[in-house]
This record gives sequence, structure tokens and C-alpha cells, in this order.
Amino acid sequence: MNPFSSGTRLRDMIRAIRACKTAAEERAVVRKECAAIRAAINENDQDYRHRNLAKLMFIHMLGYPTHFGQMECLKLIASAGFPEKRIGYLGLMLLLDERQEVLMLVTNSLKQDLNHSNQYIVGLALCALGNICSAEMARDLAPEVERLLQFRDPNVRKKAALCSIRIIKKVPDLAENFINPASSLLKEKHHGVLITGVQLCMDLCKVSSEALEYVRKKCIEGLVKTLRDIANSPYSPEYDIAGITDPFLHIRLLKLLRILGQGDADASDCMNDILAQVATKTESKKNAGNAILYECVETIMSIEDNGGLRVLAINILGRFLSNRDNNIRYVALNMLMKAIVVDAQAVQRHRATILECVKDSDASIRKRALELVYLLVNESNVKPLTKELIEYLEVSDQEFKGDLTAKICSLVEKFSPEKIWYIDQMLKVLSEAGNFVKDEVWHALIVVISNASDLHGYTVRALYRAFQTSTEQESLVRVAVWCIGEYGDMLVNNVGMLDIEEPITVTESDTVDAVEVAIKRHTLDLTTKAMALIALLKLSSRFPSCSERIKDIIVQNKRSLMLELQQRSIEFNCILQKHQNIRSALLERMPVLDEATFSGRRAGSLHTAISTSTGAPHNLQNGIAKPAAAPIADLLDLSSDDAAAPSSSGGDFLMDLLGVDLSPASAPSGTSQPPKAGTDVLLDLLSIGTSPPAQSSSSASDILSSSQDNKAPLANLNGLASLSSLPANATSPASPVPMMDLLDGLGPIPQKHEENGPAYPSLVAYESSSLRMTFNFSKQPGNPQMTLIQATFTNLSPNVYNDFLFQAAVPKFLQLHLDPASSNTLPASGNGSITQNLKVTNSQQGKEP
Amino acid sequence: MIHFVLLISRQGKVRLTKWYSPYSQKERTKVIRELSGVILTRGPKLCNFVEWRGFKVVYKRYASLYFCMCIDQDDNELEILEIIHHYVEILDRYFGSVCELDLIFNFHKAYYILDELLIAGELQESSKKTVARLIAAQDSLVETAKEQASSISNIIAQATK
Repeated sequence: MNPFSSGTRLRDMIRAIRACKTAAEERAVVRKECAAIRAAINENDQDYRHRNLAKLMFIHMLGYPTHFGQMECLKLIASAGFPEKRIGYLGLMLLLDERQEVLMLVTNSLKQDLNHSNQYIVGLALCALGNICSAEMARDLAPEVERLLQFRDPNVRKKAALCSIRIIKKVPDLAENFINPASSLLKEKHHGVLITGVQLCMDLCKVSSEALEYVRKKCIEGLVKTLRDIANSPYSPEYDIAGITDPFLHIRLLKLLRILGQGDADASDCMNDILAQVATKTESKKNAGNAILYECVETIMSIEDNGGLRVLAINILGRFLSNRDNNIRYVALNMLMKAIVVDAQAVQRHRATILECVKDSDASIRKRALELVYLLVNESNVKPLTKELIEYLEVSDQEFKGDLTAKICSLVEKFSPEKIWYIDQMLKVLSEAGNFVKDEVWHALIVVISNASDLHGYTVRALYRAFQTSTEQESLVRVAVWCIGEYGDMLVNNVGMLDIEEPITVTESDTVDAVEVAIKRHTLDLTTKAMALIALLKLSSRFPSCSERIKDIIVQNKRSLMLELQQRSIEFNCILQKHQNIRSALLERMPVLDEATFSGRRAGSLHTAISTSTGAPHNLQNGIAKPAAAPIADLLDLSSDDAAAPSSSGGDFLMDLLGVDLSPASAPSGTSQPPKAGTDVLLDLLSIGTSPPAQSSSSASDILSSSQDNKAPLANLNGLASLSSLPANATSPASPVPMMDLLDGLGPIPQKHEENGPAYPSLVAYESSSLRMTFNFSKQPGNPQMTLIQATFTNLSPNVYNDFLFQAAVPKFLQLHLDPASSNTLPASGNGSITQNLKVTNSQQGKEP
Repeated sequence: MIHFVLLISRQGKVRLTKWYSPYSQKERTKVIRELSGVILTRGPKLCNFVEWRGFKVVYKRYASLYFCMCIDQDDNELEILEIIHHYVEILDRYFGSVCELDLIFNFHKAYYILDELLIAGELQESSKKTVARLIAAQDSLVETAKEQASSISNIIAQATK
């Protein structure tokens, strides 16, 4: 006989392993033991199988692989004796999990054991089944378990109940079979059976609505009575915990009552008394009592309304919130989140305490409190709450900052009463935690800034100041650089000073300094540097005296290793040197970015209305806002003065903005209006709602937009969405925005074009680095009201566009008919194009609007 | 339901694990490592609940051992604290002033007791006396079987000599 087969005793092995000083030593011991066990398995050793499995389990807990022992479990389970079965089932539960196929082999043994005469063996089988059975095993053995629900011994009954829970979770179809036996368990006296029976009913009700109905009808009074009995029962040493008889049973019953009372007024009525009794009489000095109260409050909040009970519940909540025990406070915050739905007023009263919890030293409590604060904010308390939160942002620790920043930003956006407050708060957040701020947040900030035309000066000065102190906050740098580029002249000339501001002297070269810092810092990334380059270009137009210096800075990046910077610096240098004549027009102040478009796109849907009206609190949350002045009407109004001019001047200016030189094409319309008026026209067009000459017109226009699939490249271009993975990401985040809005505005314009002008030049409606749309116009003779447009789409990017869809919308006095497109796939790089015909009918052709 | 039960020492050694939800062996090691990191670094005065991967983990420290149970979002955390205490008291009664060493050398007994307390992640019995009685009954079955076996093998050994 192999001298090793007797092996060490379990105790000795454990001692040996614990005595190891290094990991290598331990590995050696374990290896030796495993070898011995494997040898024993090979020899089919009967005597020490039991001990070997115990050793294997210990080794498994240390983290070593033990799959070779799985068959041993099966052999042990199949043996006749109780000790073997016991350790065999334990090994099964530890070494295997339900996904292993080996488990199926146990099904037969389980079946036999479920029918064993020894109730402890039945218990072992039920326990194993309940812990790891798979769906097939559940299906096979469900009838056995069902039968055992009525076994003579309560020990087996309670195990069978819990085993049934697993079965119905794995195979919900079998739930019907268990309804009757489960509800009869509710009438038992044995606490163990009651607890498990109640739990089984709970899970049945969750899985099957039939069960829910049945239990509601038949068992509620019984349950209420049981709860009353247990609540009123005298001291019982066996079940007493902290002065309460069987708190576990209390809690289970309350949970089941909650499920039954939810959504059903009659059921809720039955339980009012007992809930009131539990809520008032339960001692809350120890954890057990508090656990019961917690469950009780949850139940009261979930069932149908009963004023008195709710008041009771909120009182308990208040008490919990001011408890010194952290656990209780955590639980209270949890409950308050549910209570807000039910009674927001009451929760508002506790606002101060909740705010204290946001600053608690415990991370779990902080998190809960922050979520709660977020739910509590409304228009009236947003200012003080935000102030507190921002103050806390400065002292909070890194892991929490991300969450906190995100919440503050979204609060500020949702509820800000006025733009200047919004800008202030965002500046503070950016200075403090700019690196945690997500892209869409600072994009939104830029949109808001551009819309607040009276605050441009204030904003740029504030940003300049902030920029001096916090240059490591990336998002702050980006926003600052963009604003300095756009509104640099306001900064230098102190334009639009508000009363609250202190005067600040900034020279032209100071502004260039600031932007230069952004380029030079190596910690800032590509996007920031790219934005800085374009800001420099804008400054060169606004401050011609600094042009030389700016040119030098730009030229330095000509050899940059980053393609984006290199490309930009070469192109901008070219503009500076060779295209001085169009430079100023090119770099005119950007038209106001359309908020509604932006927020609608952010909401990810095709929006239908234009943005807010002036003065009203701007609400970026939903792109659907009050119908505002139709800029198209503005355009038409202007057009009534001079039939030909505005259209083409608008056209001129649009082309300027796009940076495409189309002077010959639009010249024939003989524009007499200077580009400035065109700017106004366009500003009217695009600053929808925020410009003063808002003619109220009922025609809310829809905005030209493309389908979801095409959104990606377009959204990419405007950079307002997250920079996605289009390879030639050549366009800067800031500048292409006007293209989007121009796209928005372009729909009506071409139609206007051909209605009024005698000549119908074809128009490049939209051009960017990835897409070009050209419109060819013609009118049928004899039908001046209808215009035919042939739209041609060319794909300039290297990616193929599939499912390309063009949609258009028009003001009410026009009718639009879209023919189907020639194809849906737009080949890449201009290798082909799609054409689509549109017919536009102007019902007011030739009339004054 | 309780998804798993974990007993870890202050040094991060695992003393007992019981899984009521399907986790593969690899996932189990990962979970243990993650949770050990989170729980062992928490200060003493903080609350006993940690939010982790969308679940809640309730833990309680007894001497050098952390008893952790992972539950769903809508379960009652305070009750789980009571269940943990229930288990510890039963262990205490069984081993007589239980210490970590008892749980190391008699881990299989700790598992048997846990199996009398929880099945399928739900509580089975709220009376400590009943649990103790059941365990004692099963232990005596094992004792009798052992005695029988040793006497039989003596007879056989005698017979085959």
C-alpha cells in the first residue's frame, strides 16, 4: 500500500500550509498534497475520499485549481453513508457552479436522495438543489420538491420552500404549480416554515401575476393577523432579538404586504391598522427595531395613499436622518429618495440636513445625499443649493469630484434663471474642476455665451481673468480661448461693461499672450491647441497691429508632428499672407449659434420648433420651446423692400461665412446692400429669438435636417457633438457651427432665391469637407408659383454613406414635394452623387407677405 | 436575495465564500479581489454599506474578520446586518467563543452551519436554538457512522490478517 495514501490529516495539512513563510513554500506544499490526492483518486481510494475532498476544498479556498476533484464529489454523493453525502454535497456546492455540465450527472443522485427515508439526507439534497441547480435540473426535480412542501417535518418543509424559490426563478413557467402549496404554508405556526413560506409567496407574486391575484384575495387577512400576533406576542426566548420577537418574520411579512398592497386600494386598507401599530410601537434603540421601522416606512410609501400613515412615515424618516449612527442616516437618505415621489414638500423641509450629508466624511452617504439633492432642486432653491455645492467642490476629494461636477453642471443647465448666473456658475465650475467636465457641457456653454450678446464683453473679461489663474483646467482653457478669439476686441476696448464689473486693462498683445500660452503648454491637448490656432487667426483680423507676431506664432506650428496643427498653421499662414482681402470677411464675428438646434440634437431627436424667445428663462432641456419669431419672415420682410437684393446679399454673406468665394455667381443679382446688412439678415435668421426685431409670425419653420445616419458626419463637423472618429477631422470644433445653422437657414433661402430673382444660378447649398449639396433651379413656364429644384449630393469624405436621406421643411406658405432620391448610398470621395428632385410651390408668389 | 457571502481576514485572506448567483471561477477571484480592496480600506466610523457594481454590499467586522454579504438594491440593509449577527452568534454558540482559528480549521463546519441558515440567498431559520439542534443531530449521525465504520474495519482487519 502506498505510504502516501493515508496522507496527512486535514488538520495537519492546514497547519503545514499556515506555517509557510513564503508563497513559493505554500505552492510546494499544495502541490504535494494535490499530487497525493490525485494518486488517491486514480486508485479509487474509498477510505480517505472524505478527507481528501475536505483538503481539496481548503486548497480551493486558497485559490488553486481543483477541477480534478469534481468527480470525487459525485462519487461521494452516490455513496450510502450520511457523512459521505454531507461532504460530497458541500464539495459540489463549492467546487462547481451551475454552468458546468458535470452538474447534470448529479440529477439522478439528487432524485434518489429527495426520496430518502432519512430526513437529513433529504435536507442535504434540497440544500444543494436550492443553491446551484440549473434550469434543466429544476425542471426535472420540480415535482419532487413540490411534494416535499407538505412533508411531515418542518425542517424539510422550510428547505423545500426555499428550493422552490430557485426553481421558479430558473423556470418561471412552473410557478403555477407552487401557488397552492405556498399559500398553505402561510398558515403554519413554525417560524422557520413561515419565514420561508412568506419568501416563497413574495417571489411567486413577482414572477406570476396570477399568483399575486390569488394571494391578494385569499391570504391578506391571514397575513395581517399573523403580523399582529407576532407584534403583540410576549417575550419568547427562542426568537427574541433585542427585545423584539423574531424581527426577521416582521420584516418578511411587511415586505409581502408591500407587494400585495401596491396598486390595490382594498388590500392597502386592510393593512393600515397593523402598519400604524408597527410604526408607532416598535422600539428603535437597536438595529433590529430600526430594520423593522425601515421596512415599515418602505411599505407605507409604496401602498395606496393614506394621509395619516404617510405623515407617520415622514416623521420616522426625520428621526432617522438626525440619528448619529451612519447606517441609519444612509438608510434614511435611501428612503427619502422614494419619499420625494410621494411628498416632495416634506422632503424639502429636510434640505439643510441633506446638504450637510453631501459633505459627510463617508463616501456612501455623500453619494446618496448628492443624488437626493439633485432630485430636490427646483427653480426657487437652485441658487443657494448650487452655491453650496460649488463651495464643496473645492474641498471634495478626487473620486467624488467627477460625480459632483456632472451633477452641478446638469443642475445649472436645467434650472438657471438667467444667463449671467449660468455663465458665472459654469465659470466657477470650470475653474475648479474643468478636467472633469464633459465635452457636451462646455459646448453648451459656448452656445449660451454666443446667444447672450449683451454679455459677450462680461464673459470674455471674466474668462480672461479666470484664465490667468487656472490654466491647467482644460475645458476652461478651451472656452477662454474661443471667447478671446471671438470677442477679443471687446476685451481690449472694455465694451459692454456691466455695473458689477471692475475695470480691467488688457492690451492687444496681452490677448495674444494669453492665446499663445494655450498653444505653448505641452500639457494641453490637440483640441485646445487647434482651437487656439484659430483664435489667433481671428485675433489677427481684429487686431491688425499684432498680425506679424501672430503670423510668427502660427508659423511655428508648421512643422508640428500633429497633422491637425500642421494643416491649420499652413492654411492660416496662407490666409494671412495671400488672402488679406477676404480675411476680415472670413473672420467676422460668428453668427449666433442656434440653441434649439443644439439642444435638439443633443436630445438626439429631430426637433420641430425653434428656440426660446427673448428674455424668457432659457431652458435648454427640451428643444421644443415657445414658438418664436420666424426669421424667414424677417427675410421676406426685408425682401419686400427690395425684391432682388436681400436674397443675394444673404447669399453672398452665407458664402463668405462658408469661406467659399462665390462672388461671380451671386453678383448678377445686383446687390446694393453692404455685407453688414447681410450680417443682420443672417443674424436675424440664426439668432432666432434673441434679436430685437422679432416680427411675430405664426409660421414656425421646421429646420432643414438630415437623417440620423447622416447626422454623424454633420454632427462631427460642427464639433458640438463629441468628436467622433471620422478620420479627416480637419474642421475645428468652433468654426463649422455656422455651417450647421446655415444648413438650417438655407432651406428657405434658395426657394426665396428663385421666387424673386429672374436668374436662377445654381447654388451650392452646403459645403463642408465631407459633403456638398448643390441646388439647380428651374421654373416651369406658365407656372411661376412652382419651382423645381434638383439637388445633387456629393460625398467628399473617404467614407461611404449608406442610407443617406435628405429631408427638407418649409414655412407654411410654401408647399414642398420631395421626389424619391436616385439612390441611398453615397459613394466616397466624390465618386458619384445622388440626385433628388424637389418641387416647391409658393402660394404667396408675388404677393406682399 | 443575497448574491454571495464572503468572509475575509484583515490581511485579505479568504476564510469562507458562498455563491448563490452564477459566477464563474475567474469572476469569483475578480470579485473577491475587488471587494477586498474596497472594504478593507474603509475606515472604522463609516457606515456598513458599500455600493458596488449596482449592488449593495453589507459588511460587518468582528475582530479580525469581515463578514460581507452582497444584496440587491431593494433589499433591507439593516436586516442583513441582523442576519450577519445571527450567523455569528450561532457560530459562537457552536464553537464556544468562536475565533478566526476555529473557522480556519473547521471551515467545513462553518459551511454546514451557513447552509442551515441560508438557502438560495434567503433566510431559512430565525431561531438559533433550532439551527443548533439540527447541526447537533447531523453531527451525531456522523459520529455514529464513524464509530460503526471503525468497528467494522477492525473486524475486517482482524478477519483478513
